[in-house]
Amino acid sequence: MTLPSVLADNPRLDRWLNFAAPDKVELATGRVELGQGVLTAMTQIAAEELDVAFERITIRSGDTDRTPNEGYTAGSQSMQAGGVALRAACAETRALFLKEAARRLGCAAAELSVRDGRILRNGAATQFDYWSLAASVSLAREATGTAARKPVAYYTIVGRNAARVDLPAKLFGKDAFVHDMAVEGTSHARVVRQPNRGATLGAIDEAAIRRAARGPISFLRDGNFLAIVGDDETAVEAGAAAAATHATWSGVEWPSALQQEANWLLQRPSIDRTIGAPQSESARGLQSYEAVYTRGHLAHASIAPSCALALYRDGHLTVWTHCQGVFPLRAALARMLKLDASTISVRHVQGPGCYGHNGADDAAADAAVIAVRLPGRPILVRWRRQEEFAFEPVSPAMVVKVRATLDAAGQPVDWTTEIWSGTHQGRPGGGATLLAAEALPDPPPVPAPTDVPEAAGGGATRNGEPLYDIAAKRIIHHLVPEVPRRTSALRSLGAMPNVFALESFIDELAERAQQDPVAFRLARLSDPRARRVIERAAAMANWGESERPANRGQAHRAKGIGFAQYKNRAAYAAMIVELEVEESIRLLRAWCAADAGLVVNPDAVVNQLEGGIIQSASWVLKEQVRFDTASGGPIDWETYPVLRFSEIPVIAIALVASDSDTPLGVGEATAGPTAAAIGNAVSRALGVRMRDLPLTRERIMARLLA
Amino acid sequence: MPQTVAFTVNGRAVNVIASHDDTPLLDVLRNQLRLTGTRFGCGLEQCGCCIVLIDGIPVKSCGRAIASVAGRSVTTVEGLGTPEKPHPLQQAFLEEQAGQCGYCLSGILISAKALLDRNPSPSRAEIARALDDNICRCGAHNRILRAVEKAAARLREDARP
Repeated sequence: MTLPSVLADNPRLDRWLNFAAPDKVELATGRVELGQGVLTAMTQIAAEELDVAFERITIRSGDTDRTPNEGYTAGSQSMQAGGVALRAACAETRALFLKEAARRLGCAAAELSVRDGRILRNGAATQFDYWSLAASVSLAREATGTAARKPVAYYTIVGRNAARVDLPAKLFGKDAFVHDMAVEGTSHARVVRQPNRGATLGAIDEAAIRRAARGPISFLRDGNFLAIVGDDETAVEAGAAAAATHATWSGVEWPSALQQEANWLLQRPSIDRTIGAPQSESARGLQSYEAVYTRGHLAHASIAPSCALALYRDGHLTVWTHCQGVFPLRAALARMLKLDASTISVRHVQGPGCYGHNGADDAAADAAVIAVRLPGRPILVRWRRQEEFAFEPVSPAMVVKVRATLDAAGQPVDWTTEIWSGTHQGRPGGGATLLAAEALPDPPPVPAPTDVPEAAGGGATRNGEPLYDIAAKRIIHHLVPEVPRRTSALRSLGAMPNVFALESFIDELAERAQQDPVAFRLARLSDPRARRVIERAAAMANWGESERPANRGQAHRAKGIGFAQYKNRAAYAAMIVELEVEESIRLLRAWCAADAGLVVNPDAVVNQLEGGIIQSASWVLKEQVRFDTASGGPIDWETYPVLRFSEIPVIAIALVASDSDTPLGVGEATAGPTAAAIGNAVSRALGVRMRDLPLTRERIMARLLA
Repeated sequence: MPQTVAFTVNGRAVNVIASHDDTPLLDVLRNQLRLTGTRFGCGLEQCGCCIVLIDGIPVKSCGRAIASVAGRSVTTVEGLGTPEKPHPLQQAFLEEQAGQCGYCLSGILISAKALLDRNPSPSRAEIARALDDNICRCGAHNRILRAVEKAAARLREDARP
């Protein structure tokens, strides 16, 4: 049996769990709670595999001193990689305890079982349990991966709904977030942001800023890093708001309106590569068809700006942060502060949903920079709303050109997806720099442009290859190093624009062949799991003849479909969306069928799928980081509107049963299919193809009038 | 000028010393009274995270000057219920697992309470409209709508003679 990779990276069993507290199991995971319910699911996995009650388990997460290093909580990998590792660690631990009990009882381990932590022999109680044996079973040993896991057929906890352990604090107004950590003696801080790498801070009108603050504040400056610090948050906030107009910068570069649309990328130098098969012989000389799809830059637009607490005391720095990867952040902080990583502890505390790499790491860096200069004082940095919108990394704009060679029957026999994009990899753990590091003296060099490797699912290339049965498929990837704003990972990375393009194009091919879009897809998909989710979604939505586009007064109503297997190797999701288009789009209903492999917490999986649908719908209908506005970019919820309650469709979700014993992450699975389903429905409703996202009223009107 | 402002929070009389008349109520709640359940979202009265009731009316506390609260009655999420004795809205949100990151929930619970106080039988569309001042970025909207409907039904049941 091979060791799951995350367990191989963190083989010591005592890094994962212990029985130190009577009748309790202390669990540790490197994955962090982002609102997706990961702590609950991990608890279920451990309770199942150890045969202990869910309630006995406490869980620690994302702590550089006390949890496994699992890199980033990202890419829908928590269950698929982290959960599988935890399951193996628990199975091995259980086996070690049974072996010790068998030795003491002088029986075979096969005679023993566990019920809520108590060891039974042939079903009868013994004097042993995990806690009484804990002193003689050392977990200070490396996992071997030799223990048998509990067969899925015996599961009683995994696969059943469990209430989220993190939710009560959030419903009863408890301290739930890093933002709530201002203890007595905490100083508040705001950073006056360097507008861009290389911009130089000149004069600061401290008197004017102090007047605006109307309370005691102090300034902390090092190079182009400027912070306002004080005990009264109201004064610090007011000072920071005023500082924008009372600090002068040179070398400022703002994104221009020309850089706003994805097509700008086509004119830029790029690093090019081709992945996949050469053109097939049979495709030569045949007719080909191509179409170009685009999507603008997107913001994570977390509900609250980023925040962090830092304390530097007795030569040790502790940072509390809602970032997605405490270990990579610790390494980046160590580089920036020129400290040994062993003198830094980074601890995850929950924050607003991030959906990828937002300002969290940079806020943590800000707090750390200030804290080491003000030893002994807890420093709470909370970004301003405007700051989060203006300085968080955005998801890069993308151009996706799809070209297919068709045989006489209209069947694609050769397929090329050509992609232009900035990088989706701007995380500090990927070599990118923290904003504070760029502002401090001796900023690190600009990192070489890279994107997320294919082994991790790719960045711009993610889901760039269709799953359909086509003889030869390839991706041409143009990585554009020059971007108008810092870009990085947002939920599903390139999969959203790619699946939008691929699945729109498939609908276009179906139209050309005068075939039903669902039937057209099924005729070209041999993967049975893929077929099942499409068939299920079609049945749920009552897809068929009666669902042809219909006009009701001025409004055009239609359904559309979108499908993808995330990263072509994770969860499968098929979406059907019904909507009405007049001048703008009104979403009516959405149906989703998904195959997530082994489901740990079904309700949490449905919650994630649904969240992905709504967020993607918001991206498609409303969202774009625009540079052509008076503010030069989004600064608030008016310059970056998102979907509101009245605009949400009714959603039905079905989990398609699978006999797989591997869980597949679902946080990102519906992003691409939803975008495609909406695009296809709009195009069917209007009778004209919409290929540029977002599908704003202006774009629809322009297309209708063209 | 620092001044004392007297008002009621969750039924408790409080006196706070505010540096200025226009210090936001939100800052006073979070930093002076340590009622951190009311969350900071934008400070621009746009997202709804900081909504509290002032004399029963939902108000974005980030934009509400402390001086204007003198003599009034403020209800925050902490005043709704406790884990031992949850408000029907909190109970319904737990049952429906209505939330993801949960950052928006304090403001949403308060908005929903204000709605149910004035309209015990709202339609789903009316609930949605009442929550349009609250942003949920995670996409838990439909669960939240279901939870408010469920709480409304329970409250109607409880109100029956």
